[in-house]
Amino acid sequence: MRLSPCVTQRIAVTILWALAATTIAVLLFIVAFILTRGMPHLTLEFLTQSPRSMGREGGVLPMIVGTLWVAGLAVMIAAPVGVITAIYLTEYTREGRLTDVIRFGADCLAGIPSIIFGLFGFVFFVITLGMGFSVVSGALTLALMVLPTIIRTSEEAIRAVPRSYRDVSYGLGASRWDMVTKVVVRSALPGIGTGIVLSIGRCFSETAAVMLTAGSALRMPTSAFESTRTLALHFYILAREGISMPKAYATASVLILAILAINLCAYWVMRRFVAKVR
Amino acid sequence: MGETGNNEIEARARQLMEAMVAGQPAAPSVRPKMVVDRFTASFGGAESLKNISLTINPRERLAIIGPAGGGKTTFLRSLNRLNDLEPGFSHVGRILLDGRDIYGPDVDVPALRRQLGMVYAVPAPLPWSIYENLIFGPQLKGAKGRDRLDEIVETALRGAFLWDEVKDRLKMNATDLSGGQQQRLCLARVLALEPEVLLLDEPCSGLDPVATAKIEDAMANLKAKYPVVLVTNNTKQAARASDRTAFFLMGELIEIGPTRALFTNPVHGRTSDYITGNFG
Repeated sequence: MRLSPCVTQRIAVTILWALAATTIAVLLFIVAFILTRGMPHLTLEFLTQSPRSMGREGGVLPMIVGTLWVAGLAVMIAAPVGVITAIYLTEYTREGRLTDVIRFGADCLAGIPSIIFGLFGFVFFVITLGMGFSVVSGALTLALMVLPTIIRTSEEAIRAVPRSYRDVSYGLGASRWDMVTKVVVRSALPGIGTGIVLSIGRCFSETAAVMLTAGSALRMPTSAFESTRTLALHFYILAREGISMPKAYATASVLILAILAINLCAYWVMRRFVAKVR
Repeated sequence: MGETGNNEIEARARQLMEAMVAGQPAAPSVRPKMVVDRFTASFGGAESLKNISLTINPRERLAIIGPAGGGKTTFLRSLNRLNDLEPGFSHVGRILLDGRDIYGPDVDVPALRRQLGMVYAVPAPLPWSIYENLIFGPQLKGAKGRDRLDEIVETALRGAFLWDEVKDRLKMNATDLSGGQQQRLCLARVLALEPEVLLLDEPCSGLDPVATAKIEDAMANLKAKYPVVLVTNNTKQAARASDRTAFFLMGELIEIGPTRALFTNPVHGRTSDYITGNFG
């Protein structure tokens, strides 16, 4: 028996709606689960004080600073390299074996578990290059980890710029460099920005890779060559070692709210920027 | 002074000769703006244009007609060297602009493209404001200063008959204009470069008759200042909006002549088949 198109349509819409609703519901449940347990302990004191007795008491200020250092540095390294690689791949080479190899490499890198990046960072940056457990070691490791994401999202964004823009730019007497910087990258910026924001989120929440490279010092980092502990790692240690579940949930709440804030800010900036471009 | 005069005469003689070589009846008073001299264009060895010779004279609208795949657009894109960007492009023969070979070794290609303003088949405003679209080219050329840019924008928009419609909303996004307005904006954008020749690649293919009429009016007005090369799929448009017409078929120039003569009394059978619609 064949269903009428109208019935098929209704079934399809119901299934799609249910699946989308499930996704949102699970996400909201996780966030609510953590926030209801964490928010009561999330005081001003918690945000502005150093931890005492391994984090059982006090706050997470050094972890906040450490997270900003590691994630900020990682993105500052990865974003320019990634965007420039994407520009090279899309605008400065013809498709060929080399671009295939680079792209395949980027895809493989994207699939490697973060603990492997952590191990590599530990062996290469911490030991071989003698950087020790430090903000720099962590940041470089995270940079390598998010690089494929930035390359691929930037590449997609640049590729999505209509070919006619390129013809028009050349027709108006633009050099390749003018065309790339003034037209293509400008049009692709919202997409490139999205990739970078995603990367910031991943850097903020990464645990395994920073555990083996940035270390887990509790004190406030005063230079890029000191060890630090990120929020995500602090949460892991608090929960794993059973030090203090309330503090763990409060830390997780800070992390979630921070990522939410970054995303909101980024989207707001992007919206404004897109509005200006359009 | 005397030397300049001599050079002048020499240049004239050379151009006349070139025109004769190109098989064009060169009226002695007309000094061609562009001369295409036995030009062959190939992509990866396959010839898309075969041994084309023609001239483009000042103050004329030259229409190029012919079936799809006949090399019309390739010809236009050869004139401003856009084909250079295609993989496997090579050429034989010369194209002269004011007596200089545009494929010569010391040609500044971006500057050359600014001299040959091109409008594409699909209106292609950049996703910026009207104003930004118009100053993009002049700024690449080095134009600076708010007053100077304002003046360029106004002149260009007036030239494309668009000024009155958009003068109060230059900050508006160009992609929000109607299709016909977008295409006139693209025309204004090349006028802002003060080009030597206008190259229009089926500029009205996606436009309604009213918008088409406006573009044709602008072209008629502009030919006093710039020669216009108009590629069109619309033979009626060629008949009404050009002074001379060239018929391209399978990469070859079959016939070129004054539009009226070509349409009323074509020399070549294939031309009459095409313009009367009996093709194939």
